[in-house]
Amino acid sequence: MSTSTRGRLRLRILLRPRGTRAQLVVALLCGLLGFALVTQVHNSTSATSRRTARPEDLVRILDDLSSRSDRLRAEIDTLRATRDRLASGQDSGSAALAETQRRATVLGILAGTIPASGPGITITVRDPQSTVRADALLGAVEELRDAGAEALQLSGVGGPAVRLVASTALLDAPGGGVLAGSTRLRPPYRLLAIGDPATLRAAMRIPGGVVDTVAASPGADATITVSNATSVAALQALPRPRYARPAGAS
Amino acid sequence: MIGAAALVLGVVLGLIIQPTVPAGLEPYLPIAVVAALDALFGGLRAALDRAFDDKVFVVSFVANVLVAALIVFLGDQLGVGGQLTTAVVVVLGIRIFANAAAIRRHLFGA
Repeated sequence: MSTSTRGRLRLRILLRPRGTRAQLVVALLCGLLGFALVTQVHNSTSATSRRTARPEDLVRILDDLSSRSDRLRAEIDTLRATRDRLASGQDSGSAALAETQRRATVLGILAGTIPASGPGITITVRDPQSTVRADALLGAVEELRDAGAEALQLSGVGGPAVRLVASTALLDAPGGGVLAGSTRLRPPYRLLAIGDPATLRAAMRIPGGVVDTVAASPGADATITVSNATSVAALQALPRPRYARPAGAS
Repeated sequence: MIGAAALVLGVVLGLIIQPTVPAGLEPYLPIAVVAALDALFGGLRAALDRAFDDKVFVVSFVANVLVAALIVFLGDQLGVGGQLTTAVVVVLGIRIFANAAAIRRHLFGA
């Protein structure tokens, strides 16, 4: 019989219940041990009481916690810096976007690609004999621009209203009327201008100005009406440049 | 057999009741548990050596627990409680290892 089989046999004998008083005391102690073991495990895992810990343990715990809080504070600083950087980046981005949109609006009104409305005047040119020439209308347009008109529109009989922009040409059409860009218009003409109404009207009425010039043509006259809600709705298609490209951004 | 059953019973009771340790006993309970574990392993080894004696076991169990607690108490009074706790745990741990090795030799022959 080897040592290990003997050992196991003895273990089996040990496991046999014997009801002596000494055995009961041993059992009591074992039970107490189990109870204390579980209690201690429970107690140390719940870790509720710093109250009874030793001073040096408390110092160690405090050290651990303060070094941990230092680390976390450093992390907070880093993250906060990142957040500020991102937020300011976003701010400047949205400011740039707002500025770009504002600029697009201004340029759109100037180029005639978006409708405009506001205070302004309407000049109606009646010309039954078709004697008003294009240069009289061109003079009116230039006078209005000088007076600060921001959006201009010319309408007449025989064609759609034309938004007058920097590139719009006004020509005498063969056989009467005018060519505004590529649109032929016949009298009576209506010229809409958005700007300060008083200034615009004064510019039209100066002696020897537009009204006088039109009136000098046989049978023609010009009347001016002021409106606080002049609407310039005609649009000019934006030509796409065929050759020119923005420089700088390659 | 009764001892093993009582051990399990104690564990179950502890799990059910979940008692809170009194503040005064708190530093001594872990040491007492380790000391009792040492006594338990010692008893098991003695039983396998056919040298087990109920009286010896009971006395060694109680004495182990009390002496361990006393050492820690003394250490606390002297201001070296932490170090003495470590010392007691180390010594008892070594003894538990030695006893476990003896038990292993008995049961597995290796």
